[in-house]
Amino acid sequence: MDVAVTTPNGAPQAGANLPDKVLVRNLDFFYGASKALKAVSLPLKLGHVTAFIGPSGCGKSTLLRVLNRMYDLYPGQRAEGEVLMDGENLLDPGLDLNLLRSRVGMVFQKPTPFPMSIYDNIAFGVRLYEKLSKSAMDERVESSLKKAALWNEAKDKLKQSGLGLSGGQQQRLCIARSIAIKPEVILFDEPTSALDPIATAKIEELIDELRGDYTIAIVTHSMQQAARVSQFTAFMYLGEMIEYSDTKTVFTAPRDKRTQDYITGRFG
Amino acid sequence: MADHIVKSYDKELEALERSIAEMGGIAEKMVIDAMDALVQSDAALARQVIARDDRLDQLQREIEEGAILTIARRQPMAVDLREIVGAIRVAGDLERVGDLAKNIAKRSLKIGEAPRNPHDVVGLKHMNDVATELLKDVLDAYAQRDNDRALAVWERDVELDALENSVFRDLLTHMMEDPRNISYCAHLLFCSKNIERIGDHATNIAETVHYLVTGQPLPNDRPKGASASEPQS
Repeated sequence: MDVAVTTPNGAPQAGANLPDKVLVRNLDFFYGASKALKAVSLPLKLGHVTAFIGPSGCGKSTLLRVLNRMYDLYPGQRAEGEVLMDGENLLDPGLDLNLLRSRVGMVFQKPTPFPMSIYDNIAFGVRLYEKLSKSAMDERVESSLKKAALWNEAKDKLKQSGLGLSGGQQQRLCIARSIAIKPEVILFDEPTSALDPIATAKIEELIDELRGDYTIAIVTHSMQQAARVSQFTAFMYLGEMIEYSDTKTVFTAPRDKRTQDYITGRFG
Repeated sequence: MADHIVKSYDKELEALERSIAEMGGIAEKMVIDAMDALVQSDAALARQVIARDDRLDQLQREIEEGAILTIARRQPMAVDLREIVGAIRVAGDLERVGDLAKNIAKRSLKIGEAPRNPHDVVGLKHMNDVATELLKDVLDAYAQRDNDRALAVWERDVELDALENSVFRDLLTHMMEDPRNISYCAHLLFCSKNIERIGDHATNIAETVHYLVTGQPLPNDRPKGASASEPQS
C-alpha cells in the first residue's frame, strides 16, 4: 500500500492523515540508573505495520516491551512519558495489566509454545479472559489457526504437543495464540530470526494479512524484512528516535545521515 | 561518504563508476568525431567512430551485469540503490548516444564527396557543439554528484530544440531551391534529429543525477522549445 505523505523539504509527519492507534510521547526508559530510551515519540498507525530498526542496544526492543508493560515484571525498570492507546495512558500505574496484555499481544524471537497440546496452547490464553462453550472454543481455536495459516498443517494433530511442531510452525502457533485473545495491537520481536527463508516468508505473508485487522509493530534486524512488511519505519540509535517516516522514504531516500549509514551497511 | 563495512561492496560500486566514466569518455569523443568526419568528409575518422561503438556496447553489458549481481548480493538500500539504478540508466543513455553518433558517421560515409553547400553543415556543427557541451557538463555533474550542474543541463536542452528548428528550416529551403540537394539534405536532417536526441539523453542523465543526489524525481514538464519538425500536440 502506498501511504507516502512526506515531502522532500520540511517533511511533515509521515501518515499524518491516518489515525493513530498508539501514540508514544516523550518516552524515557530506565534500566536502574541507565537511560535506555531518550524522549522517544512516534505513532503506531491504526491497521498498519510499523517497523523498528537500529543496531543492537539502540532501544528498539525496549520500546516494544514498554508497549505492553512487559518491563513491570522486573524491578528497577521504569518508564516516564506517555504511551497513549486510543487516548488512554498505558503507563498509568492503576492500569489492569492483564487486560492490557489481552489488548496488546506479543510474539517473541524464539517460538515459545507452552508444553501442552496445540489446542490448549491456544485455548489456555482465551480461558483467562473469556468463558466459552466447548463448541465456541473449538471455533476460536480453528479460526485462530486459520488466521495464522497453520490450520491445514495442524488440524489432524490438535491433541499433540505444540513442541512437536517445526520452528516455523511453532512461531505460527504463537501468533495464533496471540490472535485468539483478539488483541488490538500485536508486537513482534524479531519473529523470524530463528527461522529458515520459507518459514520466514510464511510469517511475513501472515503479517501482511493481519494488518488491517490489527495494528502491528515489528522489531527486526533485517532491513529487507522491514522494507517488505512495514508501511512505516522508525530508525533508532543510542536510545533516540532518529527518523520516523513512511517505509518507502526510509529505504530509498532517508533524511538523516545516520539512517542512511545504518541501512546501507556503513556503520563503523 | 563513509565506506561500507564490507569492503568488496565499495569495490563493486567503484567498478561501476569507472565503467560509466569510460563510457562517457568514449561517447563524448564519438559525438565530436562523427561531426568532424561529416564536416571534413573524413571517411577514415567516420570508420573509427563506427568501430568504437562496440566497446561502448560491451561496457553497457558489463555495467548491467555488475549492477544485477550487486543487487542480488547486497540488496542495496537508499543511496546505494539509487547509485546502482542510476548506473544502469546512465549506461543505457550513453549506449544510445553512441548509436546516434555512429549513425551520423555512417551517413557521412554515405554522403561521401557529394557536392555540398558548406553553409548547410554550419548549423549542424553548432548544434553538435551545444550537444557535446551538454553531454560533457552532465557527465561532470554525474561524476561529482552535482545536482545544480545537472539542473543547468536539464534547462539548457531547450537551446538545442531551438537550433534544430532553425537547421530544419535552412535545409528545407535548400531542398526547395534545388532538388539535387534533397538526398544530401535528407541525410543532414536525420543527423540533426540524432543530435537533438543526444541532447535528450543528456537531459535523461541530468534527471538521473537529480534522483541520485536528492532521492526525488524531477517534474515531468521540462522546458521545451516548440518544434518545427514535429507535429504540435
